[in-house]
Amino acid sequence: MATILVVSEVQDGKMKSVSTEVFTAAVKMAGETGNSVTALFVGNGLDGLADSAGKFGVADVVLAEGTSLAKFSPDAYAAAIAEVAKQKDAAVILMSATYTGKDLLARTAQILDTGLAQDCISYRAEGGKLYFTRPVYAGKLLAEVRVDAAPVMATFRPKSFKPAESPVAVKAEKLSLDLPAPKAVLEEMQLSGGGKMDVTEADMIVSGGRGMKGPENWGILEELAEVLGAATGCSRPVSDDGWRPHEEHIGQTGRTVSPTLYVACGISGAIQHLAGMSSSKFIVAINKDEEAPIFKAADYGIVGDVFEVLPALTAEIRKLKQD
Amino acid sequence: MNIAVCIKQTPDTAIRVKVADDGKSIVQDGIQWVINPYDEFAVEEALQLTEKHGGEVTIVSLGPAGIEKTIREALAMGAHKAIRIDADHIPDDPSVTAKALVEVLKNGNYDLIFLGRQAVDDDHHQMASLVSQALGLPCVTVVVKLEIDGGKGTALREVEGGYEKVAFALPAVIGANRHLNTPRYRSLKGIMQAKKKTIEVLPATLAAPKLVVEKLTPPPAKKEGKIFKNGAADAAEVARLLRDEAKVI
Repeated sequence: MATILVVSEVQDGKMKSVSTEVFTAAVKMAGETGNSVTALFVGNGLDGLADSAGKFGVADVVLAEGTSLAKFSPDAYAAAIAEVAKQKDAAVILMSATYTGKDLLARTAQILDTGLAQDCISYRAEGGKLYFTRPVYAGKLLAEVRVDAAPVMATFRPKSFKPAESPVAVKAEKLSLDLPAPKAVLEEMQLSGGGKMDVTEADMIVSGGRGMKGPENWGILEELAEVLGAATGCSRPVSDDGWRPHEEHIGQTGRTVSPTLYVACGISGAIQHLAGMSSSKFIVAINKDEEAPIFKAADYGIVGDVFEVLPALTAEIRKLKQD
Repeated sequence: MNIAVCIKQTPDTAIRVKVADDGKSIVQDGIQWVINPYDEFAVEEALQLTEKHGGEVTIVSLGPAGIEKTIREALAMGAHKAIRIDADHIPDDPSVTAKALVEVLKNGNYDLIFLGRQAVDDDHHQMASLVSQALGLPCVTVVVKLEIDGGKGTALREVEGGYEKVAFALPAVIGANRHLNTPRYRSLKGIMQAKKKTIEVLPATLAAPKLVVEKLTPPPAKKEGKIFKNGAADAAEVARLLRDEAKVI
């Protein structure tokens, strides 16, 4: 039986939660295609992480170790993934479409001389083939693609699948790999301030635009974010002007996000911004201009002064949450 | 320093794209073509390095003769010369483009090869990784800060939740992200000079694609939202809808 190899992403010794979404997708895909699923952890001393795959229904775990894998290196890690894919005869290789996932699987595709469907939001299995849907032109269009080579490779955009726990006992296998010396090597990991949640991983986002008038006014936005347990985002002008850190910039040339709830405060909704957030499940817009394009994308909109509406909305949501 | 920058011509991000009759490509009429925005950061970084260390910047781009207008944009920024890899279309599969680029890049003896993080049309986010891997060179993608010191380099790479500081030796491949620098404007003088710069045309052999586009569709239409016009007085109703209808709180 051929296997679907899921590459887990480990950062700073911890498995990233987005990997659990790909475990869930792979378990479903395995049921549809008659394959098994193998979870792969690359790096030394990761034995403790094997059970996290079992929790999401993946029993077979490979722990790939080697002297070249002592520190994170994209080229050495890609070589390890390709080697394990060959040894395990992988029919499909999947990973989360984070910056690291996209880099590692593109390199692996080059080594294995196959094709890669990047940043997919869904897939379907039909007639023994896998079809992937991926946003192009930053989501202005959707492309349905197929990999016409083996193994089939794809990365899944974070938040495209809801992780489902289905615990199984794990059989972990350790593979010691003899790989070429790493070329680019991680020297230091700098975590963002306070271990704040990244917008791409957030289930809810409260986002501000020029209509917020200045960085000193972000307090009312952060207050709603706190009540909701949301991350904060912003439009491009806001990050370009240095009001907010650029990792919060959501749009065509920033982060693309698909949260359950996106609250746009004082954002007019330029096409580039809409491209970055229109796949959100529910969109709330607050803007004083009722002609603003953001209202065309919104599920719920309030026309009015953001400095009055936003605190009122925060108070109302707080009230409902206390009920 | 001898630097190559691979660029791609893409539609301006402000335009709306429409699916063509074949259902697999976009309507080309009326499109304003630009240098892929991420590639502008790549060109700027290369120019700054040659201004500091000396050397030349070569622009490399694959496509039909029509892309030379975009190549001249990069030359107008200050790049010294260019190579157009002649192909009647830009492939959908990035691995096909990567192979053709590598055939040219491997002969250039470049200290650094820059590319943009991704092209804003098909958003593959693969090219720097593919090219580096095929050339057997170190590569850092999503770079927001770059330091070159002799034969060595350090790059700050953006990741979700932080930054990675990555060390490598030259020659190397760099995938440029927004915020790496501020791309310069084309001066009138630069635009005039660009007209006289050489664009060498080399033939390409395009391999069979391994990634096939079956169809392009617009995203499903969104149903019209509920828009309220009484400002703060409507906050309670929207909060209620978020709980009872959307069920998100």
